[in-house]
Amino acid sequence: MTSNTQDSFSKNAAEALVPNLSGPSLGALMRRPEAGSLIGLIAVLAFFSAFGGANFLSVEGAASCLNVAAELGIIALPVGLLMIAGHLDLSVGSVLAAASMTIAIVSGHYHAPMIVAILAALCLGLVVGFVNGFLVIRTNVPSFIVTLATLSAVAGLTLGFSVILTASTSVALTSGPVAKALLGHFVAEKFEVALFWWVILIAIVGFILNFSPYGNWILALGGDSVSARNAGIPTDRLTIALFMASGLCAAFVGVSQAILYNSAQVAAGQSFIFNSIIAVVIGGVLLTGGYGSVVGIVLGTLTFSVINQGIYYTGFNPNWASLIVGVLLLLAVLMNNTFRRMALAYAPRTKGMARS
Amino acid sequence: MTAPMLKLTGISKSFAPIDVLHDISLEVFPGEVLCLLGDNGAGKSTLIKILSGVHKPTFGTMEMNGKVVVFDSPRDARERGIATVHQFGGTFPLMSIGRSFFVGAEPTKRWGPVFVFDRKRANEIAITEMRQLGITRIDDGNRLVGGLSGGERQALAIARAVYFGASVLILDEPTAALGVKEAAHVIRIVLQARQKGLAVIFITHSVVHALTVGDHFAILIRGSKAADFRKGEKSREEIADLMAGGEHMADLEAEIEGYKVTHGHQS
Repeated sequence: MTSNTQDSFSKNAAEALVPNLSGPSLGALMRRPEAGSLIGLIAVLAFFSAFGGANFLSVEGAASCLNVAAELGIIALPVGLLMIAGHLDLSVGSVLAAASMTIAIVSGHYHAPMIVAILAALCLGLVVGFVNGFLVIRTNVPSFIVTLATLSAVAGLTLGFSVILTASTSVALTSGPVAKALLGHFVAEKFEVALFWWVILIAIVGFILNFSPYGNWILALGGDSVSARNAGIPTDRLTIALFMASGLCAAFVGVSQAILYNSAQVAAGQSFIFNSIIAVVIGGVLLTGGYGSVVGIVLGTLTFSVINQGIYYTGFNPNWASLIVGVLLLLAVLMNNTFRRMALAYAPRTKGMARS
Repeated sequence: MTAPMLKLTGISKSFAPIDVLHDISLEVFPGEVLCLLGDNGAGKSTLIKILSGVHKPTFGTMEMNGKVVVFDSPRDARERGIATVHQFGGTFPLMSIGRSFFVGAEPTKRWGPVFVFDRKRANEIAITEMRQLGITRIDDGNRLVGGLSGGERQALAIARAVYFGASVLILDEPTAALGVKEAAHVIRIVLQARQKGLAVIFITHSVVHALTVGDHFAILIRGSKAADFRKGEKSREEIADLMAGGEHMADLEAEIEGYKVTHGHQS
């Protein structure tokens, strides 16, 4: 660029930035993808505080919500990234169970060192993720179908091998103090250590989506995969990497559950399939891709967990929790659609009035 | 006249049994607008895809500034300075202006050991480049592309191409989806790009738009170049006839008649 351009550039840039200096406002917040999920979380917190009272607001109440949120959140974050990139991953449920059985069989049944068992379980997650991604890019079959198939296939393999190898569908696991301390114990006897892993993962995924160039690639891939490829983004590699991330995270939760509960079951993890999608959608991620935020996914996860656990602190029958989740999901999607439209329609009429 | 920026010689493309393009030769000069005209299915989009690196030609060669080039990917073509802008311009409606401006070529800054996307700089550059093309309504790079009008999106896409140093700008029906005023604005932007010395390939259905911007015209009919002429060599009516198929249409009809007679088919 010429120096002339540079001059006008900095002048114009200064003008362009003036409205941004007025700081965050309500209007600006409403145009963010997570606006709906923030309102949803405040609403359910208010609801359960009113009906759950002191017990819900106690440390125990918070811990029970956060423990559920942590396990769900570790899976919801990579699933959310995938959804922003325009894909779904239903196979997480089976990967969780398969990883959990792998660590229990390798370490609990065959008495191999714990580190080998953990690596085997995590590798299994990566392999399933790779297969998902590879099939999606090679066949162009929608990821919903591909991962539905691997969900079923991995569940079948897990059950089949567990019965062949151990003649059982549930295997006990004793883990050493290091594994326990890192992956499966309750901090202060209340908070699962997974909570800390969730916080680390939020930081990593938040960095990827908001600050690294890869975040831009993910948004572009979900917005329009053909244009993204034409813009020079390695869309195939990116898709495979995202599926591998969700496989790895699902396996990680499987591993930490097995270590926490000292056993693994073949049928574990199925609730995570749709719960992760619910958390992500409540969080304002567009199901068809191209739009969403990490803050939204975290808020959606918390909202889901508060409903899931908060109901036990109220006088209501816990069976109603699913009803609340269903209604909230619908409301959240409608609200998110409205906010997205507002974000699209947002056009300042005159300069200086931009952020009223 | 200077040397052609881009020269196609005998480009043919067939997908398995079907010949889509047949022996196309074209020259595009810097600071000139080549209007590529033709009916639907004439092979315009295949030709664009060859130029932008999506497909490789079955036969024929492409030269840029006198050197033979082969594009292995769209990225390859872009790095050589060929930028393609599609009908709807920005194709990421839910991305911010700054982000979509730099898709695939994000500016980064250092944060300790890692490189991060420099959103502030991306927004500033995107806004400034759009201003240079006369879009002054937009002053916030965080706005979503979907909130822009059709003409503004075209401007954004053209600004992007110019910024990234494109020497050949391919515009695929940039005015087709626009109103009269917006189309006029886009045409002005095209003329601005031409003035900067870019070689512009302008694909359109509109004879009026073509005559306004074109220095040089090529008409494709059923995968072949049916006409190649410079501004002022043909009247508007002749061009319209050619675009509708012209004399080749008559040949085709005769062919169909002949086919019916020899094969006894009902069509």
